[in-house]
Amino acid sequence: MTTITKRFFLSTLTGAAMLALGATAALAGEPLKIGMVLPMSGPFASYGKQIESGARLYLAQSGGTFSGRKVELIIKDDTGVAPEISKRAAQELVVKDKVDILAGFGLTPSAFAVAPIATEAKKPMIVMNAATSAITTKSEYILRVSHTLPQVTAPIASWAAKNKIKKVFTLVADFGPGLDAAAQFKKTFTAAGGEVVGEVRTPVKSPDFAPFLQKIKDAAPEAVFLFVPPGEQTIAFIKGFAERDLAKAGIRIIATGDLSDEDILDSLGESAVGVVNSMQYSEAHNSPENKAYTAAFAKAYPGMRPGYMSVAGFDGMQLIAKTLEKTAGDSDGDKFMSAAKGMAWTSPRGPISIDPQTRDIIQTIYIRKVEKVAGKLQNVEFDQVANFKDPGKQ
Amino acid sequence: MTVLFDGIASGMLLFLISVGLSVTLGLMNFVNLAHGAFAMVGGYVCVTLLNRLGLPFLLSLPLAALATAAVGVLLERLLYRRLYGATHLDQVLFSISLVFMSMAAASYFFGANQQPLLLPEFLRGQFKLPGLDMGVYRLFLIVVSGLIAWGLQALVSGTRFGAQLRASVDNPRAARGVGINVERIFTLTFALGTALAGLGGAMGVEMLGLDPGFPVKYVVYFLIVVAVGGSGSITGSLVASLILGVVDVAGKYYVPEIGSFLIYAVMVVTLVFRPQGLFGRKAVR
Amino acid sequence: MQTATLMNNVANNVAVTQLKNADRWQAPEFVFWLLPIAAYFVFPDNLVLLTQMAITALFCISLDLILGYAGIVSLGHAAFFGLGAYTAGLLAANGWGEPLSGLAVAALVSAALGLLTSLLVLRGADLTRLMVTLGVAMMLFELANKMTWLTGGVDGLQGMEVQPVLGMFRFDMVGKTAFWYALVVLFLLFWAARKLVHSPFGLGLKGIRLNVARMPALGAPVNMRLAAVYTIGAAYAGVAGALMAQTTQFVALDVLSFNRSAELLLILVLGGSGSLYGALIGTVVFMSAHHVLSDMNPEYWQFWLGALLLAIVLFARDGVMGGLRRAAARLGLGANQGVAQ
Repeated sequence: MTTITKRFFLSTLTGAAMLALGATAALAGEPLKIGMVLPMSGPFASYGKQIESGARLYLAQSGGTFSGRKVELIIKDDTGVAPEISKRAAQELVVKDKVDILAGFGLTPSAFAVAPIATEAKKPMIVMNAATSAITTKSEYILRVSHTLPQVTAPIASWAAKNKIKKVFTLVADFGPGLDAAAQFKKTFTAAGGEVVGEVRTPVKSPDFAPFLQKIKDAAPEAVFLFVPPGEQTIAFIKGFAERDLAKAGIRIIATGDLSDEDILDSLGESAVGVVNSMQYSEAHNSPENKAYTAAFAKAYPGMRPGYMSVAGFDGMQLIAKTLEKTAGDSDGDKFMSAAKGMAWTSPRGPISIDPQTRDIIQTIYIRKVEKVAGKLQNVEFDQVANFKDPGKQ
Repeated sequence: MTVLFDGIASGMLLFLISVGLSVTLGLMNFVNLAHGAFAMVGGYVCVTLLNRLGLPFLLSLPLAALATAAVGVLLERLLYRRLYGATHLDQVLFSISLVFMSMAAASYFFGANQQPLLLPEFLRGQFKLPGLDMGVYRLFLIVVSGLIAWGLQALVSGTRFGAQLRASVDNPRAARGVGINVERIFTLTFALGTALAGLGGAMGVEMLGLDPGFPVKYVVYFLIVVAVGGSGSITGSLVASLILGVVDVAGKYYVPEIGSFLIYAVMVVTLVFRPQGLFGRKAVR
Repeated sequence: MQTATLMNNVANNVAVTQLKNADRWQAPEFVFWLLPIAAYFVFPDNLVLLTQMAITALFCISLDLILGYAGIVSLGHAAFFGLGAYTAGLLAANGWGEPLSGLAVAALVSAALGLLTSLLVLRGADLTRLMVTLGVAMMLFELANKMTWLTGGVDGLQGMEVQPVLGMFRFDMVGKTAFWYALVVLFLLFWAARKLVHSPFGLGLKGIRLNVARMPALGAPVNMRLAAVYTIGAAYAGVAGALMAQTTQFVALDVLSFNRSAELLLILVLGGSGSLYGALIGTVVFMSAHHVLSDMNPEYWQFWLGALLLAIVLFARDGVMGGLRRAAARLGLGANQGVAQ
């Protein structure tokens, strides 16, 4: 090659390289906007608070930047059960605030309402709590980092069958996740040889479990399986259960971990001790990641305990950060989605990954018992089902 | 039988909280939708006294009622008074604005979560009789509410204050003419109504829970009691509360599929046949 | 004798002319209706909010018809809104996605329920009507909750597919189609309502509200008129619900909730009942305040909204319209007869 051509070639190459680097540098410099739609007021405000806390904690620990891009978090309140407000919030985040990623979604209707926006705008949508199985099927851009009801119900059903519990009465709240839980429990439990002696669905707003508890007492099962949304319902149930001396009648409580969520665990009091439940996260989980997490959480939010929703917020941010590392800071919807599928890491709850086929979460579900540890009530893990996929989709 | 007992307990709690609303609505003709907020105040005061200050439960209850009455009198003097002559709709707007503010304030000071309440030992557990399991706390609730119902009725029909109250309601102008201080009567009545709400809220924490959403969650039930019982009637509130409590509990036990549907059906049917409620006076306005 | 008849005739003519003039559109009204069009250009990123405002305004007008004009206090108006929403939603989810016919069917279904339940609200005082309407709405809510196989329950109706309006205008994400669709429907129905309240029928309603005992003496059938206006109000609410369903392509149980009815009553009282414009203004003020406050403080916006409402009720009786009327009177602007009372 002649000197001129060589020089020309080299300069073009250098120029092109600089252009490419310049482009990535420009992209890297651009702030990353994450829009979160959460219930910050209304009956489910505690969900929003937990999720936000976990998310902001991760952000603080990463110095506020992911792959060189400064993260801007915009939070909009959807008051919990008003899907048109969720949809409006998401639409404004996309059109007005021009966010790159949507996240949050405390309840199923919010997620369902926003799914079409994620699809049309081609923005990744990270679900951090809404637990109905079908959510991830509503858009190709949905990723879930929390859990589904079938996923946490099946293990406790199997555990019960293996542990001499033959007759169970199920009590669930009458809405999507509740029905998912009841159906999954029945499926797994009867397949393992157990019998569901009674099923009752309680109105979502019911604070007084008296009539239902009486019915359970009269049916005399060996255990009652419970799923109600965490909060006043779980407290009311435990109190009612204790008041009626159902434990003395030989009935045990088995439930999903919503019952003993750390956020409300202290309010349950002594009556909660001994309850066996299944969930993906416990504050008492023994791992270096969790020890660091709980310590940082206690420092940042004194007076609050880290529950599974806070970890979902934390992991949601972690998913975004890790995916951006893989795409070198490119938050384009399609590129983000293909990089996020199959992503695996160790969360404070244990090892988790995103299923490349369903975009839903694969994680370890632990069987725990509520016990008093160092004067505090904790969910102590004693068994587990590893790498568990959402059975609701199989 | 236990179902009946539970229904009665549920009804008595409802009575305790709602009777104050019946009194203020029927006697003062003021639509106070913030009634649930006063009950909430009583609940939070009780919980704070119990948990933060370590006071005994039986002392926290009356103190909660007094604190609520104090708040009630303050608000009555400052705000409510200005709207006595206003239309019912303006009163609705006013009371709802108070509800919004109280809910947000509660969330700010106490957080969005349920308040923990640990009952003293002697109020826990159950009495077991053949065929009937009575929760100790529910029994306590029934007894206290019953005493209050009896006391209220005695107050309104047997004392001078009661007579002055009834006079002020029937004809404020004539009452003033006879020398009754109608404004003071109203303030005292409002204090009484809110004190009862506060006591009801405090006693209800165990059964209904306590979080910032309390005022809107249960306001519908209070309104149902007042409408079915007839506003202004203490007996009416009692009867209506008991009916609703029993129907609700029994309905959920025997036919859980219809759940809450039953209360509303009962209410609509009652009101269609007796628009003024079971014990109310015929509609004049 | 002749002078008396002459004076009588003159008086009659003046009265009739006054009533006829009341129907004419005033200048401030034209200005008012230019505002939403201006808003489209001034707030292009908030079209979804503006659309929902238009829908809520229509819903509020439907309540004004029965409350402001006929004096029926209702805490259960969401029953018709929700019924309309589910009707349109179910049609769209089962293959019938044409929006305009969806609106028509929703209106008919809601009107039917309105006619049926109108029997219940004919008698009784304010509290009675409040509770009966509330009871009906709550029963409908519980019914929809139980029939999860049909309604999707708390999680919502899935699979709605709404066709483009008039076959041409697709519902886009930015919300342009939805905005114009809702606004045009609002305007047409408002225009019809306005004509209605100025008609003899409307005047009859005013009479019923002000002095119900007198009306039969004048030969005006009270119950029939109340039932008629309740049905019309229900139909309007049904259309509003259908619009909500079609523009968000989603319906969940909250459309029938007590909160929705209560918030609507609040908005109407805020704006001032009995003038139709109060319903519109109340909606704009309330929803804007909610939106702005919520963005500023997602956790505690309710406190500031409550404070705002408190200030308004303490200083402006009869809502914003009442305040405007008093201000206009003080400034000596007399001619607001057409719309205000």
